[in-house]
Amino acid sequence: MTATQTPPARAPRRGLPSMTVLGPILALLVLLAIGMFLNENFLSHANITNVLARSAFIGIIAVGMTFVITAGGLDLSVGSMAAFIAGLMILVMNAALPALGIGVPIILLGMATAVAAGLAAGFLNGILITSLGIEAFIVTLGSMGIYRSLVTWLADGGTLSLDFGLRTFYRPVYYDGILGIGWPIIVFAVVVILGEIAMRSAVFGRHCAAIGSNDQVARYSSINVNRVRLMTYVFLGLLVGVATIMYVPRLGSASASTGLLWELEAIAAVIIGGTVLKGGFGRVWGTVIGVLILSLIGNILNLTDLVSPYLNGAIQGAIIILAVILQREGRAGG
Amino acid sequence: MSEPILSLHGVSRSFGAVEVLHGVDIALRPGRVHALIGENGAGKSTTMKIMAGYQPATSGTIRLDGQPVTFADMAEAEARGIVMIHQEFNLAEQLTVEQNFFLGRELKKGWLLDKAGMRAVAREYLDRLSCAAHVDRVVSGLPNSDKQMLEIARALSRDARVLVMDEPTAVLTYAETDILLEQVRALRAHGTAILFTSHKLDEVKAIADDLTIMRDGDVVYSGPAADLDEHQMAEAMVGRDVSNLFPPKPAAPAPQPVLEVAGLAVPGYADDISFTLNRGEILGIAGLIGSGRTETFEGLCGLRPHRGTVRIHGRPVQIRHPWDALAYGLGYLTEDRKTRGLLLNKTMRENLTLQSLGAFSGWMIDQKAEEAALTQAIGAFDIRAGDRAIKVGNLSGGNQQKLLLAKTMLAEPDIVVIDEPTRGIDIGTKQQIYDFIRALAAQGRSIVVISSEMQEVIGLADRVLVMRLGRIAGEVSGDRMTEDDIVRLAMGVEGQGREAAPMEAR
Repeated sequence: MTATQTPPARAPRRGLPSMTVLGPILALLVLLAIGMFLNENFLSHANITNVLARSAFIGIIAVGMTFVITAGGLDLSVGSMAAFIAGLMILVMNAALPALGIGVPIILLGMATAVAAGLAAGFLNGILITSLGIEAFIVTLGSMGIYRSLVTWLADGGTLSLDFGLRTFYRPVYYDGILGIGWPIIVFAVVVILGEIAMRSAVFGRHCAAIGSNDQVARYSSINVNRVRLMTYVFLGLLVGVATIMYVPRLGSASASTGLLWELEAIAAVIIGGTVLKGGFGRVWGTVIGVLILSLIGNILNLTDLVSPYLNGAIQGAIIILAVILQREGRAGG
Repeated sequence: MSEPILSLHGVSRSFGAVEVLHGVDIALRPGRVHALIGENGAGKSTTMKIMAGYQPATSGTIRLDGQPVTFADMAEAEARGIVMIHQEFNLAEQLTVEQNFFLGRELKKGWLLDKAGMRAVAREYLDRLSCAAHVDRVVSGLPNSDKQMLEIARALSRDARVLVMDEPTAVLTYAETDILLEQVRALRAHGTAILFTSHKLDEVKAIADDLTIMRDGDVVYSGPAADLDEHQMAEAMVGRDVSNLFPPKPAAPAPQPVLEVAGLAVPGYADDISFTLNRGEILGIAGLIGSGRTETFEGLCGLRPHRGTVRIHGRPVQIRHPWDALAYGLGYLTEDRKTRGLLLNKTMRENLTLQSLGAFSGWMIDQKAEEAALTQAIGAFDIRAGDRAIKVGNLSGGNQQKLLLAKTMLAEPDIVVIDEPTRGIDIGTKQQIYDFIRALAAQGRSIVVISSEMQEVIGLADRVLVMRLGRIAGEVSGDRMTEDDIVRLAMGVEGQGREAAPMEAR
């Protein structure tokens, strides 16, 4: 008897992108098709703009998260950080109101506060993780609790509200835009394009992937591993600040429930997009698709009454798990 | 001769359109040690995996006790008494020695684990291998040699009739290798059929009864091991004459110090290390494993904390980080290409330029320039990969080593420390790497070669420093560069050795 004539177990498929590339795109297309089929208003300008604008906050943060995860890290604190920065921004702007009055300068002051606070918070996370060598999970779990508690304390358990006049003046940053495209969408797009370039074609992105893939090899290749790691957290902090700048004008307030679970949505978007949770490989465009998938699920559930919108979380959860299963299949094959 | 236990008849194996084994015949007989040798990529690993049920054959027959068989998987082969020990350890790093030993077949006392029983059995098998590792130690903290012994002990405990070992001695010291070979002899006397691969031909000569030599997926020699000497084996493997393994050493030019090290100390590993490296010179570093060779030079290159005075081209320098070293033109090529040298899940291009990305980028990385550099490196270092986009982990060890050398040299260091330049590499590739290293020296670069292979240090280096217990035990050069003199210094044997090696006056 001859040995069975087995075909090669998994022949490398050339030309055809693997499931890790196609999976997220297909899932997005399927969701779009379902949306169109269920509700004729789904593709309307208003609805699409709405979905994109709401995606922008998580999206901007998720781009930064892509770099952190690619470099083998994790940041659980971004949701609380956003809430804290929002609260701080509102306090600073309200406090400066008597001196500066309503106008562009006070808005710029608020924005500068958010950016500075984001950079500082990211730096703090990063320095604890790199210099003291504490697990990213632990450090950011801790800072998540700290920021959440700080914003609750600042708001005295209630809500921090931006002065009414200021809020009216600041509103257009969320609600207006150019050529019918809202500012959040424009900022999101710019962040994505810069992020994609940084990940794909810049030394920084290459170094992140190298460190996430094997930090010993990176060290022996004369890469300043700690500095690159630190930069990923600082970069993420900066983007949390930017996202908060877009978020505050939407409601004009911050409370203990601001940005709740954003960290998990951002991480989920990154993973759905095909970035490897253990690090070593990341792609920004995938993260964008991940964010859109998560937003569209919520949107479709809200537009139709087939499934209760309360099941939003369940469907998102199932998709996250599915994405990771597909990733594994893809890796085994490649 | 006895009938074979396990044999392959005309076995071929293809991956996609590429056939990597072409009709291989090999027969393992009880009570005989069978060596399978060949260059990296000759098909040894595939052959062994087919025998142990890890991979199916594409065509051909496998016979066990004369009966044709197909193994669905390795578990089935193991159940029939065929156990394979891999080159890469198959151990749960966070578990203890005893837990690993009995993983998946734990002994029980009623409901509970019989820990005392398992400890005793594990101890007994480890003792048979003269392995002192404590059964309660966590495996991640063990040296490689103990891990290897644990793997072997585990295979022994499974009553293997056929033991397949993929380069079992690659990570062992000489003393450990002797113990292993002793154990293999005991198993042979017991009637076990043993197949093993090794790049160390003296080992093959010492222990093998039968010999199969493979080249490019074909069997080129099959017969008694006694019929070939080491030289003939090497020639059959490579398919050409390899008598001149080492390139000729040019006459030493006037010494022109490039690197001067004085009183270098790497806490816990090395102390009072002083030496001078001259331009265009290959300086060999010999010494036993654990003598602090690697740690000394990792310290010098900023990979470990260290003290001491270092001058490069006469200027005192402070090297605190690996990027400092590179900025001063000092490169280090690690001994551990798989976990420290290369990103195994990335392509050759990304690995090649990783250390010198700055030279390939302004705002963005110039991928065309990277591709051009890869083309150049593939040519210059004769890297053989079927596909440029291949993940580096899928390259053979020899090609990985060439890529690592290309990567290190791409940063254009003046001074290169090469730690174990040819570990686990076949003889043909070794010869090429020796030529590359000598050519680099001829270009005026200064090279330090750290090696555990005595022949390599003697054949390649212009002079040799011998380390012992974290210090330089002496220096040998010229006629004094003999295995005997080096071993004396490395072992700290009193007498001749010391006189033979006065430190060169500076």
